[in-house]
Amino acid sequence: MGKSIVDKIWANHVVHREEGKPDLLYIDLHLVHEVTSPQAFSGLRMKNRKVRRPDKTFATMDHNVPTINRKQIDDQVALNQMTTLEKNCLEFGIELAGIDSPEQGIVHVIGPELGLTQPGKTIVCGDSHTSTHGAFGALAFGIGTSEVEHVLATQTLWQSKPKTLKLEINGELAKGVTAKDVILYVLATYGIRFGTGYVIEYCGDVIKNLSMEERMTICNMSIEGGARAGLVSPDETTFEYLRGRKHVPKGEGFDQVVQQWKELASDSDAEYDKVIVVDGSDIAPMVSWGTNPSMTAKVDASIPRQNDYQTELEKDSLVRALSYMGLAEGQRIEDIKIQHVFIGSCTNSRIEDIRAAAEVVKGQKVHPEVRALVVPGSQQVKKIAEAEGLDKIFVDAGFEWRDAGCSMCLSMNADVVPSGEHCASTSNRNFEGRQGAGARTHLVSPQMAAAAALNGHFVDIRKATVGAV
Amino acid sequence: MSGFKEFEGKAVALDRANVDTDQIIPKQFLKRIEKTGFGRFLFYDWRYKAEGVLNEEFELNQPENQGATILIANENFGCGSSREHAPWALLDYGFKAVIAPSFADIFHQNCLKNGIVPIVLTEEEVGFLLAKGKEKSFTLSINLEEQSVTDHEGFSTQFPISQYWKTMLVNGWDEIEITLQLDDEISAFEQQREAALQN
Ligand code: SF4
Repeated sequence: MGKSIVDKIWANHVVHREEGKPDLLYIDLHLVHEVTSPQAFSGLRMKNRKVRRPDKTFATMDHNVPTINRKQIDDQVALNQMTTLEKNCLEFGIELAGIDSPEQGIVHVIGPELGLTQPGKTIVCGDSHTSTHGAFGALAFGIGTSEVEHVLATQTLWQSKPKTLKLEINGELAKGVTAKDVILYVLATYGIRFGTGYVIEYCGDVIKNLSMEERMTICNMSIEGGARAGLVSPDETTFEYLRGRKHVPKGEGFDQVVQQWKELASDSDAEYDKVIVVDGSDIAPMVSWGTNPSMTAKVDASIPRQNDYQTELEKDSLVRALSYMGLAEGQRIEDIKIQHVFIGSCTNSRIEDIRAAAEVVKGQKVHPEVRALVVPGSQQVKKIAEAEGLDKIFVDAGFEWRDAGCSMCLSMNADVVPSGEHCASTSNRNFEGRQGAGARTHLVSPQMAAAAALNGHFVDIRKATVGAV
Repeated sequence: MSGFKEFEGKAVALDRANVDTDQIIPKQFLKRIEKTGFGRFLFYDWRYKAEGVLNEEFELNQPENQGATILIANENFGCGSSREHAPWALLDYGFKAVIAPSFADIFHQNCLKNGIVPIVLTEEEVGFLLAKGKEKSFTLSINLEEQSVTDHEGFSTQFPISQYWKTMLVNGWDEIEITLQLDDEISAFEQQREAALQN
């Protein structure tokens, strides 16, 4: 029987195995940010423990950094968290891409960008979207703060081997359908629990033809289906993306490491605990209408009705969600008016996302009743975009152009959606209050968000001839 | 963390599915750098109407549910963000156990690491407890060693928990301490792995 990539990576990392216990798994890369780490560092300090491998640990600040006027931070509590991270990194000898660093950005954007993320690695971070790094064929998953402390102290984690789920997406995507729509479609179809207890391996023609950035968008939202990790077997696209990146070996060393990476791909006869096959041609641009990511519909469809559901629990969830969202059963998606647009987050803030949105926006104006924001995922993305003149396109159209951070994805900083207002957002969670108390989030692709910004409501990007309709 | 074998406490029913950690502890309270003091903010947006006015309809605010230490919830409890602030808030509020038909993975782990017992019972069992909790306030006993839950009124059942976590919780052991005893093995692994990668 062949092995899947998860089997291979797991086998390469078991430090200690004992009957009746989880395996002790070695961690190759530990990413750290300001919100989920302070208590872990205090824990170390209390017990006089040190960080075992500062060289395998990398920190940045992203969650509560301001994306405007960064020299002057008004929120004292947030500032305290940022300076705490600085002090902790200094004390424990950890490399930090701080607020002034040209490498600063959302942790899941900069890991790949700097080439820290590599095939075959075990990667953890005190953040559930660590699954993003799986796009490179790494086993990457989110952990809690106690586990952050455990990894800092021991460079290992006690883990039971997860089950594997093969998610095969075949065929071809229609024009205007993006990686974001693929994962939203999967969540709309299979719900927010189908991946619980599993690592998802994405494969099939659609995945094979995606760029690395698109694969990251899909792996990013694995956790929205309950899976702690999602990954893609590495291939030429992966190697080409990594070639020349800061932390990747150069020259001959690169060729050698590529040889090792090639062996990681799942064997064709690998066995999985569960297999799901999706027809890529059925996927349309998607828009979430509810309060979890599975409450999502095709843009040309309508919000479901109670009769569409079988159980009382589902009906109850629908009613609760629509009451929070201020929407009605059977309402057409294209009739939903929006007042805010957020293009950003670890799901969709990379250069390809920014380019795609800019193309829609070019030469147009943001609808007068809409406030629109573009927040690049990293300072490097920002720099590239500016070199291409994309910032100008956005600013001329009436968008705000910001510095890198999580921003309105979770609104820990000042970027908040007011209560009762609707936001077309390229982020990953539409939970109640996520973008601000009472804020109503709709998850979409960057193109769909850009088109909504111009029109003040959702439009089908497949029909829109780019710009106002 | 101190260990425990059994406890008895008041149960409160929160009959909602897919309660995410953004609801358990909203993001505006994640800026603290301590582990304590989060209880005040537990379920903040549900517990309070605008401007800190108590929402009297919310389950946790009802007078008979005050002092509850066992939370009964519906499926997929704790989904979403990995924030450990969620179990810290539950713990700080006074909860020692959460009973549900299913939990999200990371939250489940985070509970165990903080000494909260995440108890998975069948849908029927949880349904029974939720219905009972909606009627009146009642007491449950949880015995970790025997893996049992009982209401002393005829309801009694067992729940699964791995031997590993049972031992850890009963003894209140520090996981890091245990791992550090394997320090030599970790070093040996590092040497061997680094050599392999150099080839
Ligand atoms: S962008 Fe959003 S989802 Fe991603 S790490 Fe930041 S807060 Fe989390």
